[in-house]
Amino acid sequence: MSLIEIEGLSVTFRAKGREVRAVRDVSLSVSDRESYGLVGESGSGKSTILRAICGLAPISAGVIRIGGKPVATPRGRDFSRHVQMVFQDPYASLHPRHTIDRTLSEPLAIHGLAGSDARVVRALEDVGLPASFRFRYPHQLSGGQRQRVAIARALVLEPQILLLDEPTSALDASVQAEVLNLLARLREERGLTFLMVSHDLAVIDHMTDRVLVMQHGRAVEELSRDDLAAARMTTDYARSLFEASADRMLETGG
Amino acid sequence: MSAVASGGWRAWLTDPNPRSRRQARLGQLWLGWLRIRRNNLAVAGLVVVLGLVLVAALAPWIAPHDPLVQDLGRRLLPPGTAGHWLGTDDFGRDILSRIIHGSRITLYIIGLVAITAPVLGLLIGTVAGYFGGWVDAVLMRLTDIFLAFPRLILALALVAVLGPGIENAVLAIALTAWPPYARVARAETLTVRNSDYIAAIRLQGAGAARIIAGHVVPMCLSSVIIRVTLDMAGVILIAAGLGFLGLGVQPPLPEWGLMIASGRKYLFEQWWVATMPGLAIFVVSLGFNLLGDGLRDVLDPRSAPK
Amino acid sequence: MTLLDVQNLRVSFDTETGVVEAVRGVSFSLGRERLGIVGESGSGKTMTGRAVLRLIRPPGRIAAERMVFDGQDLMAASERDMRALRGKRIGMVMQDPKYSLNPVMNVGDQLTEGLRQRDGMGRKDARAKAIAALEAVQIRDPERVMEAYPHELSGGMGQRVMIAMMLIPEPDLLIADEPTSALDVTVQAEVLGILDALVRDRGMGLIFISHDLRLVARFCDRVLVMYKGRVVEELEARHLMAARHPYTQGLLNCLPRIGGPRGPLPGLDRSGAWAQEGAE
Repeated sequence: MSLIEIEGLSVTFRAKGREVRAVRDVSLSVSDRESYGLVGESGSGKSTILRAICGLAPISAGVIRIGGKPVATPRGRDFSRHVQMVFQDPYASLHPRHTIDRTLSEPLAIHGLAGSDARVVRALEDVGLPASFRFRYPHQLSGGQRQRVAIARALVLEPQILLLDEPTSALDASVQAEVLNLLARLREERGLTFLMVSHDLAVIDHMTDRVLVMQHGRAVEELSRDDLAAARMTTDYARSLFEASADRMLETGG
Repeated sequence: MSAVASGGWRAWLTDPNPRSRRQARLGQLWLGWLRIRRNNLAVAGLVVVLGLVLVAALAPWIAPHDPLVQDLGRRLLPPGTAGHWLGTDDFGRDILSRIIHGSRITLYIIGLVAITAPVLGLLIGTVAGYFGGWVDAVLMRLTDIFLAFPRLILALALVAVLGPGIENAVLAIALTAWPPYARVARAETLTVRNSDYIAAIRLQGAGAARIIAGHVVPMCLSSVIIRVTLDMAGVILIAAGLGFLGLGVQPPLPEWGLMIASGRKYLFEQWWVATMPGLAIFVVSLGFNLLGDGLRDVLDPRSAPK
Repeated sequence: MTLLDVQNLRVSFDTETGVVEAVRGVSFSLGRERLGIVGESGSGKTMTGRAVLRLIRPPGRIAAERMVFDGQDLMAASERDMRALRGKRIGMVMQDPKYSLNPVMNVGDQLTEGLRQRDGMGRKDARAKAIAALEAVQIRDPERVMEAYPHELSGGMGQRVMIAMMLIPEPDLLIADEPTSALDVTVQAEVLGILDALVRDRGMGLIFISHDLRLVARFCDRVLVMYKGRVVEELEARHLMAARHPYTQGLLNCLPRIGGPRGPLPGLDRSGAWAQEGAE
């Protein structure tokens, strides 16, 4: 059975009398413990789908089901025990005036979970950060370290599903590798289900089993990992995205 | 030995890996102090403000005379007279002593206003900004109504209703001072509301009260604190203005505005009676303004060194 | 012929917690060629580019044994001389056009401003030249773009306008700091193509600053790899795959590839002597 099911999802933003249809009639399903990717350029609506799942974007049509049940609006505490998200910009997703300790212990306090101290230290260790970072402020951390904290925060409630919104696009290449490895390891260890968004086809390919290519809010084509590697895409847009992908640059240009 | 000790606490404060919440917070304060110390004008402002606090605390011991005792034989003595360095007023009271004691009243008014008005403004502004919609509309129109009247006039009207006196003056000032804070807090809230860290905490199931108090207010606090320090000069002036008009502190208490009012009659012949308290108001207002400017540079964690 | 010669360039910042060195003794020289500077954030690549134009604000300080552009000593030049050089002879394209274009001026006015004020050109001539520059960066309807305000342009379009603006005074050297990293991949390829053709046709020198080794290797003749303010390796771009320095190799290998193996990506080993603070 699919863990995440999205049927005919449309998201429409209304601002100053203008309507912007960010997502148009997108359907997808992700099974338990699968890793699913959304790829596309800016404005393709890929991040908006993640935000719609979390109740951060207005759904104008369609259904989102988690574990077979339609999600409640507002999402509520039960939802946050099942689904968590890692945001793109590690500089904007941590509260600048809260120590790492507070960022990690607050979800525990909200849900009334005991053993906060030990859990915070373990959460840091799980993402490969020393316990001595616990009382630092975000501005005392590098981008990669912040993203590790953001991952630790998402995992502290032990969700099944992790939504990843370009988790490494703001990071250096070597740090990206470390964070991707961390995410892959955590998925393995905890049996997590990933729904990952990226503009980088190589990153998506490395991290996910199936990919949905998006353009202008619509789903263009779904590709399995094998199809992608063998360049068996049927639409022109998916092909142009594949051709322009940065990791092909050395082969075609060099 | 002392050098080692000072190196010890300095290292403790600048330790990149604090071992407790308290150490982390004190470390941030220390870095803020280092930054404010580089700004000479802010330090000057801080010295003035600390000077005011010190003078107010020690008033009975440092004032050379009793501020209330009249001596009609020694009235209107010019500054520089032995025993009365700033001269005496029309009842022969020592002006220096009155200014020193008056600092207590000034500080009392500033303190009460600084506690009440920003808290009210912060609450209204963040709630309006966070919820938006009709909550925002109602609260902000209320703010607009208060903003539509000149502050001093509104304060005058309130005091006229409540009756003259220091507590009523404070109440009137606080009731007229909160709208700008609400505006500032709302503007900050609007920029913070859609940030990823607010989305993250919402996603973790936090309720509105927790988000506003724990996540939104800290981000508004710096702008509001800056605004408070900059406004303190205005508060002193309004308090003085109410005193001057006879609606604030009542004679014979040595309030600075009241002192100016009573010296008005002698402004041309015995200029010091009104000028000396005027200078006190000027210096303290300037001190708060300079401090506010300095805090603006300091209270931004984004400008903190890596 | 050497266009720019930099020896032992240092950029340092005074902070509360002491002096931070962003660039620690970088040397390179550049002819009419394309030089890539690659490094991760904090490697000092941006500071190196800005230091050439002396665009480092206090508390930052620039020091160099030698920094000569076309026979002119940049270290000794007055601020006035530098202003004459910037834009006119050395152009700079920044990462995000949103922050580099004036939001309240339309594109046409921004493009012609310099021509009319600095070169005293007439309205008509300046306009013709600006339109020619927009055509050079392959903007199909330059007339419309001239009237547009920056917020009405897409990222790719904005970056083309930035490049056109920098090219109007026909500089001898162009410093491009991450010119395409704010752009989508399909647009990125186009903009790079334009930049590449312009540099080749006009015989400009180009300093291309980027975090992306693959991109730089494809568009430059020579590559400087920077780490923590130092150049750790300098090599011909076509020999990039044969890079010997562990940092360069690490940067190349840590990127995922389509259809590549699924296992953990090789991380960057920073334990080598080269990665230590005091390493020369």
